[in-house]
Amino acid sequence: MSKQLKEKIAFWIFRLLSLGVILILFWILEFIFVRGWHMLNWKFLTTMPEDGMTKGGIYPAIVGTLYLVAGSMLFAFPLGVMAGIYIHEYTVDSWFKRFVKLMTANLAGIPSIVFGLFGMALFVNTLKFGDSILAGSLTLGLLALPVVIRVTEEALIAIDDSFRLGSLALGATKLQTTRRVILPIAMPNIITGLILSIGRVSGETAPILFTVAAYFLPKLPHSIFDQVMALPYHLYVISTSGTKVAESRDMAYGTALVLVLFVLILNLLANALRRFLSKKVKMN
Amino acid sequence: MTMNPKIESKNVNLYYGAFHALKGITMSVQPNTVTALIGPSGCGKSTYLRLFNRMNDLIPGIRIEGDVQIDGKDIYSKSLRVDELRKKVGMVFQKPNPFPKSIFENVAYGLRVNGLNHASFVEERVETSLRQAALWEEVKDKLKKSAFELSGGQQQRLCIARALAIEPSVLLMDEPASALDPISTSKIEELIYELKSKYTIIIVTHNMQQAGRVSDKTAFFYLGELIEFDDTQVIFTNPQNPRTQSYVTGRFG
Repeated sequence: MSKQLKEKIAFWIFRLLSLGVILILFWILEFIFVRGWHMLNWKFLTTMPEDGMTKGGIYPAIVGTLYLVAGSMLFAFPLGVMAGIYIHEYTVDSWFKRFVKLMTANLAGIPSIVFGLFGMALFVNTLKFGDSILAGSLTLGLLALPVVIRVTEEALIAIDDSFRLGSLALGATKLQTTRRVILPIAMPNIITGLILSIGRVSGETAPILFTVAAYFLPKLPHSIFDQVMALPYHLYVISTSGTKVAESRDMAYGTALVLVLFVLILNLLANALRRFLSKKVKMN
Repeated sequence: MTMNPKIESKNVNLYYGAFHALKGITMSVQPNTVTALIGPSGCGKSTYLRLFNRMNDLIPGIRIEGDVQIDGKDIYSKSLRVDELRKKVGMVFQKPNPFPKSIFENVAYGLRVNGLNHASFVEERVETSLRQAALWEEVKDKLKKSAFELSGGQQQRLCIARALAIEPSVLLMDEPASALDPISTSKIEELIYELKSKYTIIIVTHNMQQAGRVSDKTAFFYLGELIEFDDTQVIFTNPQNPRTQSYVTGRFG
């Protein structure tokens, strides 16, 4: 076989495999869209569930997920970015730095149900937050933390040292250099990572299971110490352990579609924001 | 005529871990002169240059012995603040490294991080510095534009303006023209010649002709040692050491 022919065959194999990946994604989307699309209307998005969750809407679950996402990011974003800055800009290569990095990687590998149990033990019971938005947000934040740290670190690694040296040579301190030169360059990548971890957090079920999620709660929360419904848990409930699983099938597909659209929109937003920010960095 | 030297190093040794990178360097530089540091790659000339604004301090595992003075003061003394030193000793790097900010903000950066924020003062200093770096006429109508829109040669002159803005008295240049085209290079060289009246300049260069054109004194480094240091004319026409002779005539390096 000539090497030109081999080249062609290899090329086509790679191409078909890549297409396969896309195909699977579209298959999943198609599956959910076809079954959930007719559910999607204003009433579904803005009313409470009714009749054993076989009718009505999913409004409280949407609101709950939004609260949990916002709460977890309020906690994980500043902490993770600061930890990433510390690891990359302040520590020299030492056993301590390697240890911190290894532990961060390990944290990312812990199964989400373990985060859920830990969150219940620490936030719900020990700190007495109870089943609450606060406990759930902190638990989800812990889950997102290693991702935010990792993304921040990667964004900082990608920045050429000549920017740092140039700033330090002008008498700037490390903090000034990081804040005025390095962070603005790194921000587009950090924000992208942030939004991707929001996608991850909004779909997690296990960490909220014992810390915040309500089975059925047709009202909105009044404080961060209230329980809420959440999209992934609601989906789990009405498709497996509801009172009338078969009758709430449509509701389940509708919920799944809303969740998928939510993540999809976030990803698109991440892209747009990254482009906008990289442009702004150059112009400003 | 001997004046008090601007910069002086006495028996300086520098180690990267176990590697002995600078071996007992003793040298002094007069004010308002241009000194070229030449030698093959890895000879220690860039390391020597970075002694004077303590950029070597950023490298882990480095050890420095000996005495380095600027204006008669030990710049490695414990009481000295490194950021104050770097205000006095500016640096221009090999590759132009403007910040991803506007042309104006690039030059203003050194002022701002040193707490000089008064608007009219900053504007005035930015203009003066850009004029000194022979860039004002080319950028005065687009100060708000990104520095990345400038050509490589313009970017390097912007970096020179940026260094001049905080009014240093010493300017360190690490192969400032090696990444530039011949026309930009000659502009930078003219600039160095003009800046000499206000600054003491030390320049690392791989380009023999450039060393010959811009410098008053030349120091030849080889394997971490200062082999010869003399008037540039002497180094290029009548060097005392045979190794200097063979390097400047291009027989090795």
